[in-house]
Amino acid sequence: MGFERTIEEINEKIRSGKVVVVTAEEIIQMAERDGYDNTFKKVDVVTTGTFGPMCSSGAFINFGHSDPPIKMQKVWLNDVPAYGGIAAVDVYIGATELSETKGFEYGGAHVIEDLISDKPVKLKAISYVTDCYPRREIETYINRKMLNQAYLFNPRNAYQNYVVAVNTSDRTIYTYMGILFPKMANATYCSAGQLSPLINDPFYDTIGIGTKIFLGGAQGFIVWEGTQHAPSVARNERGIPIGGAGTIAVIGDLKTMSRRYIRAAVFERYGVSIYIGLGIPIPILNEKIFKNVLVRDEDIHVPVIDYSVGRRKRPVLGIVNYKQLRSGSITIRGKEIKTAPISSYKMAREIAQELKTWILNGKFFLTNYVHPLPKEQNVKSLDINTIDDLEVEV
Amino acid sequence: MKRDVKGKNQKDVFTKRVMLTFSRRLVSKPVMYRLIKEYDIAINILFAKVLPNETGKLVVEFSSTDEKKIQKGFSFLKSLGVKIEPISKEIIRDEENCIDCGACTSVCRSQALSIDKETFELIFDSNRCVLCEMCIHACPMRAISITF
Ligand code: SF4
Ligand code: SF4
Repeated sequence: MGFERTIEEINEKIRSGKVVVVTAEEIIQMAERDGYDNTFKKVDVVTTGTFGPMCSSGAFINFGHSDPPIKMQKVWLNDVPAYGGIAAVDVYIGATELSETKGFEYGGAHVIEDLISDKPVKLKAISYVTDCYPRREIETYINRKMLNQAYLFNPRNAYQNYVVAVNTSDRTIYTYMGILFPKMANATYCSAGQLSPLINDPFYDTIGIGTKIFLGGAQGFIVWEGTQHAPSVARNERGIPIGGAGTIAVIGDLKTMSRRYIRAAVFERYGVSIYIGLGIPIPILNEKIFKNVLVRDEDIHVPVIDYSVGRRKRPVLGIVNYKQLRSGSITIRGKEIKTAPISSYKMAREIAQELKTWILNGKFFLTNYVHPLPKEQNVKSLDINTIDDLEVEV
Repeated sequence: MKRDVKGKNQKDVFTKRVMLTFSRRLVSKPVMYRLIKEYDIAINILFAKVLPNETGKLVVEFSSTDEKKIQKGFSFLKSLGVKIEPISKEIIRDEENCIDCGACTSVCRSQALSIDKETFELIFDSNRCVLCEMCIHACPMRAISITF
């Protein structure tokens, strides 16, 4: 149809209150009701959302200096170790780090949630003494208002699609995909499907480094490709990767986030993780982008993986789509298996709605990315090498 | 112990839910069959488990149009040495902390927990709950607990 828009035009419409924004779910019904062409011409922005466990998350914090000052070498927040091997009072607290006193029931994710909830957090640090930093240890309480900076910096979030987990063994297994009963008695999946950010822009035409996003109830940014970003995964006829593919690294101000969208999680006999609420607006710049946001649950295929195999490569038992998964059961190898989600579709919906409201109210403007995400790349694996294996021959 | 009238079209049906504990000796005897045949009680076994010491535990729902029949059934069970305990435990979901993820539904074999297909909210139907307590462990928000 040749019709195109620019981000600048969309932002102008946000300013003048004329912008048309719908969620990735609403656009599907709208295109059915009003027709493909009308919908394409009418809609400026489509919002997406997801709310699921994203282990690869954490926060940078700067505490400010005590008197006398300390170079914090080993640091704990509510008995959860934080990484202090950077400047004197900077630390990184990882979401999956476990408490030294409460084990699996409390971890870095809980520290982050407590900070976001404005709760006091116990800070303890020890160190070696130098002329610059004479103090040997410190124990005090902090909250997020007292911190110089506190921002989430999540190396891998918003996986573009994922997998379905089952267990073919004879014993119950405890995984980050939940509790899996023996003999494939249940199956779990974890994606917002048709609402998921990277599923709606499968080739990263609008999503890239510098894109402004919804992160934990605040405005954040994509800062890099996520770790294990693997866009070269096999794709279906719509271009949707069949399994985990693209990922993003994101940043956002913990001080303005809300507990509603950042929640600590405990996976039984697995450990601590964190649910991250994340939403990305997709500007409908051209017809290709428009076609992509019409994706439905039935267009998204996902492999069913046997989690009882404790190896890097686990067997694929079949391929299903999200419509089947949301129906409550799938059939694998002739067996009907009950399905259940791990990520919250209700919250994904809420996030897409919230982001839409921000844009409609002129609180959120769209950005052009400053650099694209890699479009071809595979994930590498780790082999056990000797130094000789890596020695370069001269 | 009275859990009386429930359900939509079952106005005149009495239902009682109890936990039965019985010894090894009884595990293999057709006790339930006799309750159905001789005492005319409808029986719904919600949960069954044989412990390593071969003690059996059953959560059973007894229903009958005549409450006396259920009482007679209980007397019969007691005469066999079966321990009968009313179920007063209850599964509680802390709605403030629930994020409607659905992780708990994956371990609920009795369909007491499910995700609504329209609103995607968690639904808990306590009438179906057999108190297996699996959901307590499966909830990543630790939002499910049990009362005594
Ligand atoms: S205890 Fe939980 S998992 Fe078990 S039946 Fe009741 S609701 Fe379902
Ligand atoms: S697992 Fe917990 S948080 Fe998730 S839906 Fe069930 S009760 Fe709610």
